[in-house]
Amino acid sequence: MGKVSMTVNGKAVSADVEPRTLLVEYIREHLRLTGTHVGCDTTQCGACTVHVNGQAMKSCTMLAVQAEGADITTIEGLAKGSELHPMQASFKENHGLQCGFCTPGMVMAGIDIRRRHPNADEQTVRHELEGNMCRCTGYHNIVKAIMNAQV
Amino acid sequence: MYQFEYHKASSVDDALNKLSGADDGKILAGGMTLLPTMKQRLAAPSDLIDLAGVKELKGIKVDRSSVTIGAMTTHFEVHSSPDVQKAIPALAALAGLIGDPMVRHRGTIGGSLANSDPSADYPAAVIGLGATIKTNSREIAADDYFKDLFETALGDDELIVSVSFPIPKRAAYQKFPQPASRYAMVGVMVAETADGVRVGVTGAGPCAFRVPEMEKALTAKFAPESVADIKVSSDGLNSDIHGSNEYRAHLVTVMAKRAVANA
Repeated sequence: MGKVSMTVNGKAVSADVEPRTLLVEYIREHLRLTGTHVGCDTTQCGACTVHVNGQAMKSCTMLAVQAEGADITTIEGLAKGSELHPMQASFKENHGLQCGFCTPGMVMAGIDIRRRHPNADEQTVRHELEGNMCRCTGYHNIVKAIMNAQV
Repeated sequence: MYQFEYHKASSVDDALNKLSGADDGKILAGGMTLLPTMKQRLAAPSDLIDLAGVKELKGIKVDRSSVTIGAMTTHFEVHSSPDVQKAIPALAALAGLIGDPMVRHRGTIGGSLANSDPSADYPAAVIGLGATIKTNSREIAADDYFKDLFETALGDDELIVSVSFPIPKRAAYQKFPQPASRYAMVGVMVAETADGVRVGVTGAGPCAFRVPEMEKALTAKFAPESVADIKVSSDGLNSDIHGSNEYRAHLVTVMAKRAVANA
C-alpha cells in the first residue's frame, strides 16, 4: 500500500491504495464517484474517460499512483449546481444518448475535442471520437451534440 | 493484475538503479501497452519504475538538420508541435494516427519503440527517416535497432533517452489501418533524404523493415509509377484473421505508391 494524493473535481483527496489500483477503481470504489464507467476495461471503449491535468485520458489504463499530484475532473465535476455544463446541455438538447452508458466518456471526450478543435466540423468530430464507443450506435446525435455545444 | 511494487524515478540514472535492484522490473512510460498487458496477466513484473517524473526525457528540439524527441514525449505533443509540423510534417501527421486522442495524450515515442509492436506506427518513421535511437549508453542506428517480433537491440539495462530524426527533403506516411483497432495492417514511410530515398514498412513483418528495391527505383525517379510494379515477397510476413501475408505484401506496394504521391 502507498499513499496517493490528488485533486478530484476541485477537492483535495488522498488514500492508501495498492500500486495495482487503477485510477478508475480509485474514482469509483474509493471516492464513490460512479459516474465514470468501465465498459471494456481494455483501453478501447472510452467510457472511463476523465480529464487529467486538462487532457482526456482513459482512467482504466492508468494506475491511481500515476495520478499523484494531478488535477482530475470527472463527469460529476462539470455541472455548477443545477446548471449543466454546456456540453451536458448540448447532449440533452440534441438527445445525444440512448442507453446512456457511454455518455460520461462521450461528454468528457467531447469537451476535450472542442478544446483542441474549437470549430470542429462533423468529419473532425467523428475522427476524434475513434476512442469512444456507443454500443447503441447512437453516434449521429452524439456528433451533433459535440459540434453544437456552446463551449 | 498481479501485485507489484511501484517506484517513481527522478532521473535516468535513478531509473536504471531501481531497475537493476528489482527482481523482474519493467520500465513504465505511458503504459498504453504495458498496463493492458499486465491486466491480461500476459506480463507480471515484480516492480514498475515510472519515468513520468524524469524531466530530461521530455521535450522536442529542432535544429537545421534534425528533430530530436525525448523518449517520454507523448504522441499528442509530437502531433501538435508546430516545430515538428514545420520540419517533418510527415512525422507530425504519423503521430496523429496512433491510437485515439486519449491514448495519444499518454502514449510516448520511447515506450512505443522499446515495445516494438509489429503494427505500431513509429517504427516506420524510424526506419523510413533513418533515425538514431539514443540510449543511456550508446547511439543505435535505425537499421540496427529492430531485431524481431517485440525484439530490439536494447539491452536489459538500457533505456531510450531520445530519438533523432534527420530532416528529409520530403516524406510521407501512408497507413492502412485495421478497421477495429486502428493499428497499421501496413504502414509505409517514404522519405527523400540527402543520402537517397528510404522506404520504411511497419505492420507487414515481425518488425519494421526497408525495401531496397523500391529505394533504388525511387532514387532514380521519385514518382508513384516507380514502385507500382515492385512486389515484396510474402514469405515470413504477418498473417492473421485480419489479412493474409499475401494481402499484406500487396498493401506494401499500394501504401508505398500513395506515400510517394503524397510526399
